[in-house]
Amino acid sequence: MPSPALPDQLAEIVEDFQSLEEPDRLQLLLDFSRGLPELPERFLEHPELLERVVECQSPLFLTLELGDDKERTVRLFFSAPPEAPTTRGFAGVLLEGLDGLPARAVLEVPDDMPDRLGLTRAITPLRMRGMTAMLGRIKRKVREASA
Amino acid sequence: MAVETDPQQKFAEYAHPERLVSTQWLAEHLGTDGLVVVESDEDVLLYEIGHIPGAVKVDWHTELNDEVTRDYIDGPGFASLMSAKGISRDSTVVIYGDKSNWWAAYALWVFTLFGHEDVRLLDGGRDKWIAEGRELSTDPSTRPQSDYPVVERVDSPIRAYMGDVLAHFGKPLIDVRSPEEYTGARTHMPSYPEEGALRGGHIPTAASVPWARAAAEDGTFRIRAELDAIYRGEAGLKDGDEVVAYCRIGERSSHTWFVLTYLLGFTNVRNYDGSWTEWGNAVRVPIVKGEQAGSVPGIGA
Repeated sequence: MPSPALPDQLAEIVEDFQSLEEPDRLQLLLDFSRGLPELPERFLEHPELLERVVECQSPLFLTLELGDDKERTVRLFFSAPPEAPTTRGFAGVLLEGLDGLPARAVLEVPDDMPDRLGLTRAITPLRMRGMTAMLGRIKRKVREASA
Repeated sequence: MAVETDPQQKFAEYAHPERLVSTQWLAEHLGTDGLVVVESDEDVLLYEIGHIPGAVKVDWHTELNDEVTRDYIDGPGFASLMSAKGISRDSTVVIYGDKSNWWAAYALWVFTLFGHEDVRLLDGGRDKWIAEGRELSTDPSTRPQSDYPVVERVDSPIRAYMGDVLAHFGKPLIDVRSPEEYTGARTHMPSYPEEGALRGGHIPTAASVPWARAAAEDGTFRIRAELDAIYRGEAGLKDGDEVVAYCRIGERSSHTWFVLTYLLGFTNVRNYDGSWTEWGNAVRVPIVKGEQAGSVPGIGA
């Protein structure tokens, strides 16, 4: 069964991971971890707007906003501490892969997307499930916000 | 050659003071001949964002476990891992890691399965080193390859299988998971994902002593008197007891195994690494739900 296509910006990231050997894939994940931007000021003042993803092994908070445009453009915001680089890396991948997409495109991302990064040997199943949970949470929040 | 031990008073009160070093001791001994520092974390990328200068990384998931069977690596596998890390049979190995040395203790337990003699923990682990503002490096450390002999793994003194636990009833069992996992209210750690155990509860007669009680606020081990109060006092362990500790997959109980064996001096402690992910899924093994420890199966109600 062919896997459903990914949005271009996410497909590019998956290809980048797939083109590397395992140690370099972890290095790339680390780059995403380092590149995760700080939260905008308005969330720092209102941490209650963020939602904790309990399935992640380290604290991760996320929230999103839907634009007023016709496509309901999705904007994502993540927060995770520096001592949780793997969790931050996953957040960085999802941010770069999903931010700015129309709501419908986010909802169509297949749930098994995290498994396509080629990290399932290097990273424990428990952690990979944390990333799957992040994606699930994003989709649920998009669904709620666009209902 | 073994490197000298850390003489500090806190350690002297433990049964085996030679199994711990302080951050201060390590800072003073970095670079000593025969000393290898190993970082072993739960988070696979943590070493890369900064580690103790010269420390090598050992990843519990990809390097200590067999890739196919649920088991640890074998003698040749361990020998080649040690050689690649530049560890010799007579090296003094100091292991440290995140989360109060939870995974570091697990790595130390695996080193012990292969009888590596001089292996110690850094009291307080990674967090204490960082909290004290000590030096970190982001350069991956490479050590010259060593020639580590192939040593067969000897499981029975410190590792229990499910059959051993079934035969152990009547002797002390320690469940080191969270209270919610013990009672069966949940099958996984708070804030952690479900890991696939079908049933909730604990092994009959097991006492509940969550592993982290052995650690103080700063991640160091509690002093001898406090540990005695928890394990000999509350949990009722007595000298000469044979003890089996378990958790979910055997990592948290490695920490308790370390405490009981090296800090409190119990000589017959085994870690049941199959733990709840095996027991909670096995067919027809007895389980107790709720706060009561329960009785030995087949005896009493």
